[in-house]
Amino acid sequence: MSTHVSHAHKKKNILWDYLTTVDHKKIAILYLFAGTLFLLIGGIEAILMRLQLMVPENDLFVGTTFNQLLTMHGTTMIFFAAMPLVFALMNAAIPLQIGARDVAFPFLNSLGFWLFFFGATLTNISWFTSGGAPEIGWTAYAPLALPEYTGTGSDYYVLGLQLSGAGTLIGGINFLVTIINMRAPGMTFMRMPLFTWTSFVISALILFAFPPLTVGLFLMMFDRLFGANFFDVTMGGNVIIWEHLFWIFGHPEVYILILPAFGVFSEVIPTFSKKRLFGYHSMVFATTLIAFLSFMVWVHHMFTVGLGPVANSIFAVATTAIAVPTGIKVFNWLFTMWGGRIQFTTANMWALGFIPSFVMGGVTGVMLALPPADFQFHDSYFVVAHFHYVILGGVVFGLFAGLYYWWPKMFGTLLNEKLGKLHFWLMFIGFHMAFLPQHWLGLMGMPRRVYTYLEGQQLDTWNYVSTIGALIMGVATIVFAINIVMTFVKGEKAPADPWDGRTLEWSIPSPPPEYNFKQTPLVKGIDAFWIEKMQGNKEMTPAEPLGDIHMPSPSILPFIMSLGFFIASFGFIYHVLPVIIIGMGIGLGSMLARSLKDDLGYHIHTDELQEKGV
Amino acid sequence: MKKGNLWRLLFLVSTLALVLTGCGDPELSALDPKGTGADMQLDLIMLSLYIMLGVMAVVIVIFTYVLIRYRQRPGDNHIPKQVEGNTKLEIIWTVIPIILLIILAVPTVYQTFVLAEDAAETTEDPVEIKVTAHQYWWEVEYPEYEIVTAQDIYIPAGERVHIELTSVDVIHSFWVPALGGKMDANPGLVNEMWLEAKQPGTYKGKCAELCGASHAKMDFKVVALERDQFEKWVADMKEPAPEPTTVSAQEGKQLFENNCMACHATDAGQKSLGPNLNGIADRKTIAGFMDNDKENLEKWITDPAARDVKPGSSGPKGMPAFHDKLTEEEISKVAEYLQTLTIE
Repeated sequence: MSTHVSHAHKKKNILWDYLTTVDHKKIAILYLFAGTLFLLIGGIEAILMRLQLMVPENDLFVGTTFNQLLTMHGTTMIFFAAMPLVFALMNAAIPLQIGARDVAFPFLNSLGFWLFFFGATLTNISWFTSGGAPEIGWTAYAPLALPEYTGTGSDYYVLGLQLSGAGTLIGGINFLVTIINMRAPGMTFMRMPLFTWTSFVISALILFAFPPLTVGLFLMMFDRLFGANFFDVTMGGNVIIWEHLFWIFGHPEVYILILPAFGVFSEVIPTFSKKRLFGYHSMVFATTLIAFLSFMVWVHHMFTVGLGPVANSIFAVATTAIAVPTGIKVFNWLFTMWGGRIQFTTANMWALGFIPSFVMGGVTGVMLALPPADFQFHDSYFVVAHFHYVILGGVVFGLFAGLYYWWPKMFGTLLNEKLGKLHFWLMFIGFHMAFLPQHWLGLMGMPRRVYTYLEGQQLDTWNYVSTIGALIMGVATIVFAINIVMTFVKGEKAPADPWDGRTLEWSIPSPPPEYNFKQTPLVKGIDAFWIEKMQGNKEMTPAEPLGDIHMPSPSILPFIMSLGFFIASFGFIYHVLPVIIIGMGIGLGSMLARSLKDDLGYHIHTDELQEKGV
Repeated sequence: MKKGNLWRLLFLVSTLALVLTGCGDPELSALDPKGTGADMQLDLIMLSLYIMLGVMAVVIVIFTYVLIRYRQRPGDNHIPKQVEGNTKLEIIWTVIPIILLIILAVPTVYQTFVLAEDAAETTEDPVEIKVTAHQYWWEVEYPEYEIVTAQDIYIPAGERVHIELTSVDVIHSFWVPALGGKMDANPGLVNEMWLEAKQPGTYKGKCAELCGASHAKMDFKVVALERDQFEKWVADMKEPAPEPTTVSAQEGKQLFENNCMACHATDAGQKSLGPNLNGIADRKTIAGFMDNDKENLEKWITDPAARDVKPGSSGPKGMPAFHDKLTEEEISKVAEYLQTLTIE
């Protein structure tokens, strides 16, 4: 045991450690567990809905209750499960992939997490209030979301998203700065691993896409809490403005979720094909092109609004154009495997299962982009099938691939491969069983977001099949949970480089020490670690002599600040001024404390580093 | 061999697609179109589906080949050649999709404009219908005939009708899959579209935008009749309903006038807060989704917002439950009176 007096060496209780941590590796774990918790909640909501729809004219969850389930399922899955899980992987991998000791703003990293966590908790607490959960769909269209039609549930939606959205925006800015400023010597932009590239691009998307949502939510909040009339047609408002603002955010949001998944596949497939990524430059080009196009296509969510044939045609063509860069990516992955030596590890299974699943979601996306066809598809089960193919078959498969891939780096143990493969196959089968039939259910005349359907419309069989598929996915999730628990109890210890990896994160121990790299590595090309291994080196060539390492101090302020805004939200929802004042006081007070207090961090000294021998 | 596989797969999948085309409720399914709009839309859907199945097939063939050919075999530890890329291949899979998208874009833009045409482009003096969405029912007005009705939209078959859509509360969406695609009904705004049924028949319509608790049950019907039948329907609608003959129905009429007339008109030309009930005895359904019989009428009047009826429909602008205002017997009499409101 060291005798040095430094923060890192004080024995602390684990709860306090995680509440105050500013270490990206621990924040990754926080994001992972919070995201998984909400993934489970959203999954249970999905299964309850499928049970209601299993047979026609069922009586399990009707009317408002079902609408609450569908709203909370969508909101939870997009904002409180997929987003934080993406951030979990980004936090776990990016500083390591670029050879950095942490992110650019460790304090903000923690603040981003706690804002997200309290926002997500706030929205989910609505279930236990007298007004109930929101019942307006995850899209919360006005005027249904106005106080004339819905109660405090909608307030929980607005304020919860506002809070967690601020967290996401902070996280996005943080990663932009980190990736621009903190790359190791020699890692030029065109030598960055693809996951870092896609994360860089989505951080920029977050920077530009979340403000429109924030604006929309502010307008909605003013309409709801202070009687403004932005969306009230009787007072000169307009209901379509909300749809525009929501989808100007909402469409890039889809890419904010899927591009990191593309990044994961671009790491996993080369690693397990033992080949470098085919067409690296065109992959980067395709990623940025998708990002640019994502801001020019939002009206394809609004073809039936009545914007006219000119607007519809322009946005239709722009939308179909996205298929080109996406196609480039798919073929690049296929040709990365071509001529390789493909290993069927669990991580790679998810990547391989993704390819056919996502291509199906992609081609139905092109079909949906055609306005005349969309007039039939729109708001029917066809759309439900499409976006689940993209989000489950794309994003979730990507998250699982990334999780099985980076788990050893995050925790120092290996997830069980047998259970992992069982998890994959159950999920893969259940997924296609649940969502493939929904394509034709939609065309057979079943609108989305309906709590029931009448007998004798030939919708019964496929709905039944779909529910069975959902239940199989539920079983898959239980297998996954067992795998996690077993790995924590007696997981196999992971070596530093269990997959014969190609990028920097595999050149340091699993899990890495708090400072990541004892000496910043020198990067000599794409797949920096692979290059060193091919030259017969076991470690990276250092770019600096061994020296003291400067570390940021932990802080409880991000937690307290977020808690303050969380408390204030209840004051806003129930119009209780003292609660607003107390909550805002705590939040703003923490900001003041942070601004006034000098915190210069601390140093880990050279002799300590040598003592540890890492 | 590879090429043969591809064609076999294409054939298999397109046969499957054709089998599916026959699926669904013929009054509801977009896969079994009965209208000119739905015809065009299904054509475009099938064209895009075939192109997309072709793309899928290419991917699946390469995918399967790669997985089998390049899988790691036991004892194999070689390090594959590290390939950077291949400009020629990359150009091919950039250019071919662009060509496919152009092929798709031409009919798409053309149809987008056709569907946005005025009904008068092909039909001289088309029937004008104003459809107004309410939580959770559809008001139907024929300004030129001075007819106001609800839930069942009568149109002449074989010609385009002009529909003006709006809403009085939240956003709804008007969808008759078998006849044509949907269009939103937005509060404070008016949308226009045309609809054409090729043959006479009854077609099921749905609300396609989440509009509240009973969104799932906001069904309606479009009834297409031959032109002369349609004109007869217009004339019949304007005839006053016959006086009820039985005593209980006469008492029912009295009860109706005292309790229901504040919200429900029964004259052909009059708008009212709730649905106009002229000809309710001939409607296809009660409340859009229940069989039109006395029992269901009573069920509706007793408690419209009941769990198995239409949850949420007794709101401030909705229909109150009458179980605490009228006795069972009285409700039965009102139902009996309503059953005499026929136009036949």
